[in-house]
Amino acid sequence: MAMKTRSAFTDLIAFFGALAVALAPYRRWLILGLVLLIVLPMPFVVKNFFVFQLTLAMVYAIAILGLNLLTGFNGQFSLGHSAFYAIGAYTAAILMDQYDVAYYWTLPIAGIICFVAGFLFGLPALRLEGIYLALATFALAVAMPQILKLSPFEHWTGGVQGIVILKPNAPFGLPLNPDQWLYYFTFAVMLALFLCAYNLVSSRTGRAIKAIRDNSIAAKAMGVNLSLYKSLTFGVSALYTGVAGALGGIVVQFVAPDSFTFALSVALFVGLVVGGVGSIAGALFGAWFVLFVPNIAEHISKGLAGAVYGIMLILLIYLMPSGLAGLVRLVVMRFARASR
Amino acid sequence: MELFLHQVLAGIATGGIYACMALAIVMIYQAIDHLNFAQGEMAMFSTFIAWQLIQWEVPYWAAFFITLAVSFAGGYLIERIIMKPIHNAPILSHVALFIALFAVINSLAGFIWEYQIKSFPSPFGTHSVLGEGLISAHDAGMTGVTVTLLVFLFLFFRYTRIGLAMRAAAANPESARLVGIRVEWMLALGWGMAASIGAVAGMLIAPVVFLEPNMMASILLYGFAGAVVGGLTSPGGAVIGGVLVGIIENLAGTFIPYVGSELKLSIALALIVFVLTVKPSGLFGRSVVHRV
Amino acid sequence: MHMHKYLIPAMVLGMAIGTAGPSAAQKKYDPGATDTEIKVGNINPYSGPASAYGTIGKTIDAFFKKVNAEGGVNGRKINFISYDDGYSPPKAVEQARKLVESDEVLLIFQSLGTPSNTAIQKYMNAKQVPQLFVATGATKWGDPKNFPWTMGWQPSYQSESHIYAQYILKNHPNGKIGILYQNDDYGKDYVKGLKDGLGDKAKSMIVAEVPYEVADPTVDSQIINLKASGADIFFNVTTPKFAAQAIKKAAEIGWKPVHILNQVSSSLVSVLKPAGLENSKGILSTGYLKDVTDPQWKNDVGVKNFFAFMDKYFPEGDKTNALSAYGYSVGQTMVQVLKQCGDNLTRENVMKQAANLKDLQQDLFLPGIKANTSATDFYPLDQNQMMKFTGERWEYFGPVLTGATGGS
Repeated sequence: MAMKTRSAFTDLIAFFGALAVALAPYRRWLILGLVLLIVLPMPFVVKNFFVFQLTLAMVYAIAILGLNLLTGFNGQFSLGHSAFYAIGAYTAAILMDQYDVAYYWTLPIAGIICFVAGFLFGLPALRLEGIYLALATFALAVAMPQILKLSPFEHWTGGVQGIVILKPNAPFGLPLNPDQWLYYFTFAVMLALFLCAYNLVSSRTGRAIKAIRDNSIAAKAMGVNLSLYKSLTFGVSALYTGVAGALGGIVVQFVAPDSFTFALSVALFVGLVVGGVGSIAGALFGAWFVLFVPNIAEHISKGLAGAVYGIMLILLIYLMPSGLAGLVRLVVMRFARASR
Repeated sequence: MELFLHQVLAGIATGGIYACMALAIVMIYQAIDHLNFAQGEMAMFSTFIAWQLIQWEVPYWAAFFITLAVSFAGGYLIERIIMKPIHNAPILSHVALFIALFAVINSLAGFIWEYQIKSFPSPFGTHSVLGEGLISAHDAGMTGVTVTLLVFLFLFFRYTRIGLAMRAAAANPESARLVGIRVEWMLALGWGMAASIGAVAGMLIAPVVFLEPNMMASILLYGFAGAVVGGLTSPGGAVIGGVLVGIIENLAGTFIPYVGSELKLSIALALIVFVLTVKPSGLFGRSVVHRV
Repeated sequence: MHMHKYLIPAMVLGMAIGTAGPSAAQKKYDPGATDTEIKVGNINPYSGPASAYGTIGKTIDAFFKKVNAEGGVNGRKINFISYDDGYSPPKAVEQARKLVESDEVLLIFQSLGTPSNTAIQKYMNAKQVPQLFVATGATKWGDPKNFPWTMGWQPSYQSESHIYAQYILKNHPNGKIGILYQNDDYGKDYVKGLKDGLGDKAKSMIVAEVPYEVADPTVDSQIINLKASGADIFFNVTTPKFAAQAIKKAAEIGWKPVHILNQVSSSLVSVLKPAGLENSKGILSTGYLKDVTDPQWKNDVGVKNFFAFMDKYFPEGDKTNALSAYGYSVGQTMVQVLKQCGDNLTRENVMKQAANLKDLQQDLFLPGIKANTSATDFYPLDQNQMMKFTGERWEYFGPVLTGATGGS
């Protein structure tokens, strides 16, 4: 055994390392507890506007998680998720505006419609790899605003003017204003979807999905039905992003073609990379980055906001090439090693 | 019938713009095996540099070639300084970096030169060739330059050692290193060349669409369409693809009733998806076979 | 002896009345207004596809600096808080909420873009915060009955089209009209105005309606189609970049219709010069602001004031940019409203004063044009004068006209 001079500092690190290792099996519960502790009291502590922003962050987190399922876990490159987000948002808006459907029913309906849309798009996409798939999805994203503006559809979509919807009030007469209610509602939906995703990814299906990403030829050789799994993943991914879109439309109270341009796809993609590919929790961090960093950039320099944002993104990618999740994994591994 | 002819010719003219851009895209794809989303912004920035030089009373052709040199250096430096640290990172990080570059360059251009449109001179003049208003001298000149570039590139990649080395470095970096090719240099060279070609594209396009920071965004899209239709591995295909996209877009806009003109962009994109589905390597591209 | 009972209360009462005074009784503030400052919020696209319009925000910022340097409004400095929305409606909603709930501004002024303003309209009216002098000409902003907290400023697009319609009916009653329009609410608003103005003759006179998207690189194909339609009157509803392209292409293919260009793109320096001054000869449009590059205003006091302002407070700006002239003018109207409020700086009073502009003349308004509002008239500016481009400058002709708008 090597004789090492131990200082108090090393002892401390060893202690935390041991703690981390001991708690590791329970870490998911701990994280959940911590999250709940921070999240639940928020609406009563901060201003309404910040509650609104946090709700939007959660919406983007769900959308990014959807993208992550497809790109991070299944290796299918998509730059077109703004299209599914748009479909979800418009579904919710049209249902609420024209057919008086209650807002909570719009979520599953939007989810189903987007699942079908994603699945259908996934079918021809089966033949496309890497950069070609990126281009095809890119085409979808750019075409979507135009399709939404088409005059034959104007009766439903409101054309360029879009659709304005009303924010729902808290049910059962709870003493919450609409912003606070939507915050909790969105949080519940997000939690449920995150748990589902986690279960999916850890299951046999999840392993098949990841196998396709890692080595599709080997996966096929081992009996994984590539076409089925890839299309299904596309569908599920679209479902997630579509539900996020519906929620987003309700939170912002407005849908218009200009809300869903390619820039949104770029934002979701950046959120994915920053949060960490293949990490479910990372989606939340990615959402934060995408929502708040542009504001920070604008604060730093009005005229060069885009440049500041770009530079921050570049730095982030240098420091954390695998996203925040990758960094966390690295840190945890370091601690674990130090404790031995 | 006359309208049809007019639209076809106009389509060839706009298609020439797309073809130019498509060439730059294919160029960088050949060199680095990635599609650079910031290509259009780099081309736009180069064009602004040229514009600035002309404002400072530098004669057109001097400004043209200075810009080419500056763009080459710029592309080279971007590769060496910004892209190098993440050479081994997954492709997603690369794409994110391209996006970041896009944001930075676009914002810088807007900050330095503002957003009002500026006219950019054409070395070919604006009078008409082929009779009243069918094709302008500039359109013809643009086509000529694109074809020349194309020939140059073809010869370069086929018949020069450096061209061969570049293709090897892009196709199989490890093996290329083993035979003594300096892969890093090839990459940077590829970026430099792509930047220069982009600059040419920008300087040819600006007289038609007017120069402003957001001028390249939609052209990049059509350029992608052209490159995909023609085949990402074939420069000649990219040019033909670009022209095809221009023609089809114009004809669709004119002859499809009611929604034709609203859907011009979507049609270009449907074209991308269609070609990708039916023949992923494009009309003229080589199919890539993956080895297990 | 009896007097003592009432003496002290009387003294107290007297002191109370004495100290209360007229000023204290009249000072009323809503969030955003204090004794020393007035917070004015703004949303502008400083990035994204409409970033060219960011110049308006920058000009207004500089203008308020000038006002503050000269003592402010009724002794209060204007604190101008402007955020970028990138022309994206969800971002506009976020920024509006930030301004109202986090920065607590008194009002939001000159928010730009019809989609952004549509997105925040319900919110602003629900929160009862003025959405004042919005930077869009969409006709729907003058609707005090349904949206009492929203008001436009510039002459609405439809009122402008009405003027063109009257001109066409009078001078070219048998003409064939071809329309090129941007395929969004702004373009469609113009087209509607023209059709309404032409009335029954709209169907027979309009032979082609060709849209384009902002994402289109050029409108060359559309111009070819318009020429082929046989139209001899060209209603050009385009933003500056596409207007320049349209003018240039029309000249290139030898199409010389009666060319009516929407005001949005009438700038000599930004549109006509790149397009070619010779190609632009004979183009018709309307104006309500002086084109400061026009030599006929060389000695005009208003224009001189504007140039002095630009030189001192916005030297990095471009004096010839029509957007700066616009920003300067709308800034002046805002200051007028705040002045009229006096010490009663409640949001309700701000709207009341905004709806109480009487024959307001400003530095850059064309002679004869005045801003007017009332409780039922939420269109401050609804006058235009027609002008024709001589190849060197815009030459006004005819009377100052009020385009009647058929409601919102």
